Amino acid sequence: MTSDAPRPPPRRRFFGAFGQRELKGLFWQALVVGIAVAVIVFLWSNTVTNLSARRITTGFAFLGREAGMPIADSLLAYNPRDSYLWAFVVGIANTLRVAVIGVVLATILGTVIGISRLSANWLLSRLAAVYVETLRDIPLLLQLLFWYVLMQALPAARAAWRPIEGVFLSNRGLILPAIPIGTPQLCVLGTAVLGLVVFYVIQRRLIAQQMRDGKPRPAWPFGLGLLVVLPAAVSVLLGVPWTVEWPQLRGFNFVGGLTLAPEYFALLIALVTYTSAFIAEIVRSGIQSVPRGQWDAANALGLRRSFMLRQIILPQALRVIVPPMTSQYLNLTKNSSLAVAIGYQDVVSIANTTLNQTGQAIEAIALIMAVFLTISLGISFFMNWYNSRIALVER
Amino acid sequence: MTAIADIPEAPRAARRPQIGNPVLRWLRTNLFSSIPNGILSVVLLAVLAKGLFSFAQWGIANAVWLTPANDSSACRAVRGVGACWAIIPEKYRFILFGTYPFDEQWRPALAVLLFIALFYLSTRRALWRRELAYLWIGALALISMLMWGGILGLSFVSQDRWGGLPVTLILATFGLAFGFPLGILVALGRRSKLPAIRSLSVLYVELIRGVPLVSLLFMASVMFPLFMPNGFNIDKLLRAQVAIILFAGAYLAEVIRGGLQAVPRGQYEAADALGLSYWRKNRLIVLPQAIRHVIPPLVNTFIAFFKDTSLVLIIGIFDLLTTAKTAIIDPAWQQFSVEVYIFVAAIYFVFCFAMSRYSRSLEATSGR
Repeated sequence: MTSDAPRPPPRRRFFGAFGQRELKGLFWQALVVGIAVAVIVFLWSNTVTNLSARRITTGFAFLGREAGMPIADSLLAYNPRDSYLWAFVVGIANTLRVAVIGVVLATILGTVIGISRLSANWLLSRLAAVYVETLRDIPLLLQLLFWYVLMQALPAARAAWRPIEGVFLSNRGLILPAIPIGTPQLCVLGTAVLGLVVFYVIQRRLIAQQMRDGKPRPAWPFGLGLLVVLPAAVSVLLGVPWTVEWPQLRGFNFVGGLTLAPEYFALLIALVTYTSAFIAEIVRSGIQSVPRGQWDAANALGLRRSFMLRQIILPQALRVIVPPMTSQYLNLTKNSSLAVAIGYQDVVSIANTTLNQTGQAIEAIALIMAVFLTISLGISFFMNWYNSRIALVER
Repeated sequence: MTAIADIPEAPRAARRPQIGNPVLRWLRTNLFSSIPNGILSVVLLAVLAKGLFSFAQWGIANAVWLTPANDSSACRAVRGVGACWAIIPEKYRFILFGTYPFDEQWRPALAVLLFIALFYLSTRRALWRRELAYLWIGALALISMLMWGGILGLSFVSQDRWGGLPVTLILATFGLAFGFPLGILVALGRRSKLPAIRSLSVLYVELIRGVPLVSLLFMASVMFPLFMPNGFNIDKLLRAQVAIILFAGAYLAEVIRGGLQAVPRGQYEAADALGLSYWRKNRLIVLPQAIRHVIPPLVNTFIAFFKDTSLVLIIGIFDLLTTAKTAIIDPAWQQFSVEVYIFVAAIYFVFCFAMSRYSRSLEATSGR
């Protein structure tokens, strides 16, 4: 394919080394940034005008004022005379209380259901599939309202259900027997946490030694000593009372024990069941991604089932499971903001009340966003760190 | 834990000699392959039977299906032991269409049918052509005309009287119709070589994805009036719609970015070698391949998004869930919210289940 037509001369560059491409790039960037800045300036100036017209002062000074809002169910001590700042802290604690416990329970339930979907038992796998399909295809908010209605329809405190002795389920929520935690109990728990840290260091040492000479060194004696014997010894030495407080019905309400308010309980159930359906699918696809040959090889070696799962299948499945799991944890945390629909006072609900009381819309919403961005970044930072540890190291 | 142990059991069980009664054989391989499995099956069967029996007793045997208009006494008589399905014929018009003028409710009903037809046609692969886009534009215009009215002898109905299923479908469909192109632009921006455009796109996606939708909706309902010049006020529904579009755009951008990453470098280089401009390269070569890669995750995002439109309940927009919640404020029917929620859940389920089935069939036929 030869052509006699003369080739056009190369385009002249007007700006020396600065080519057409760079110029074009600069133009587009300037245009987009210019539009973004113009929009922000436009919104900002409108907002300033509107705020001064409505006599709303900006800034976070209102945080020091007395909040005056009641918070029914809180982890931290709170009084309506406390400041807005403290109300926000209480709200954040309430959000975390739902999110952390929700993540743990949803992971457990989701894993069990995901594995059940793969079971050879036809009935079990069908039931798990129906669970997943149903919960995934109904909006979470609808499920939340449904659970809340069911909680309210429970019998009154006097006629509370007692599924097990000491556990009451009524329209006051779920009441469980509990061990009151004071300073002596915290000492014992602190010892156990310390023991866990030391155990982790020792275990890493042992693995490093095994890597050098190939001799397996069992870590469990250290685990037993540090996590069971040591805390138990401290408990006995200090004479810590581990008395269980049994809830009792007095008059129209319960005294003692641990009360999970209906709002909290409904929110927790909805978040856990909904998220577990998604986690189940992630676990299932993770396990299915492990090639059949790995199962066969492990079987051929005559390994025990538990060893095979723990050492061969799960480490490979986790590589597929961890990244999508991270987004499920983030989703659960963000979805806890639906609490506002049933009146559980999480950080969003408290910010909303603040907004209505003070008119500080920008600050209140900025606070919500800051809280969730921090939590999101925290979770994804941790999960990315964990992911990079378990990721396949290839050349 | 038996469940874990059962996984590798399946192929072995299937290899058993094919003798005996087929029903017994099926039972044996699927329910009673081992002793723990048999025990599990029996326990599950018992629980299932008990559950189904009590549900049938509540939902069918003891249920009240019809009552005279506005009279819930029959329902209250069976409260606690039977369902009150009579609330559905009593309230379904309000649940489906909200406060839309009663005599004009054929218009939102027709709009809903148009939406369903539009979705159905969009799932036909044979119709994935340019004409489909025109069809979408035409149908959405027709739906707006039906809902608003004001021309062709249709009386005008203002937006604050809209409600129920059409509002849910409008929020979801317009959210996608505008969020999709926005997502494409942002995804391209995130992969752009120009630092300013790239960082703006990253900032947008991370900010929107990092916060709950509820806070964006609050922003739309409370802060938007502050942002706009004095006297300029747009409707609450439109403000929520804008928030939903921005939200959808950020999520879709991430899905599309995944697809862009899956397009081999050679395709970009070939397009450059042909001397195509940036936009022509993306429109003709890169995007069609990228989007084809991510159709199943796109459908899944659509499902998530369809469900999430129900959050507008929190800022008081009358979508399907809000009308359901409002329908049971009526003191006579207050106690029968479970029945209404089941009815609405069934509607959501039908839409989402159809989409998820479709996504499954796409995954199966995409040749992987």
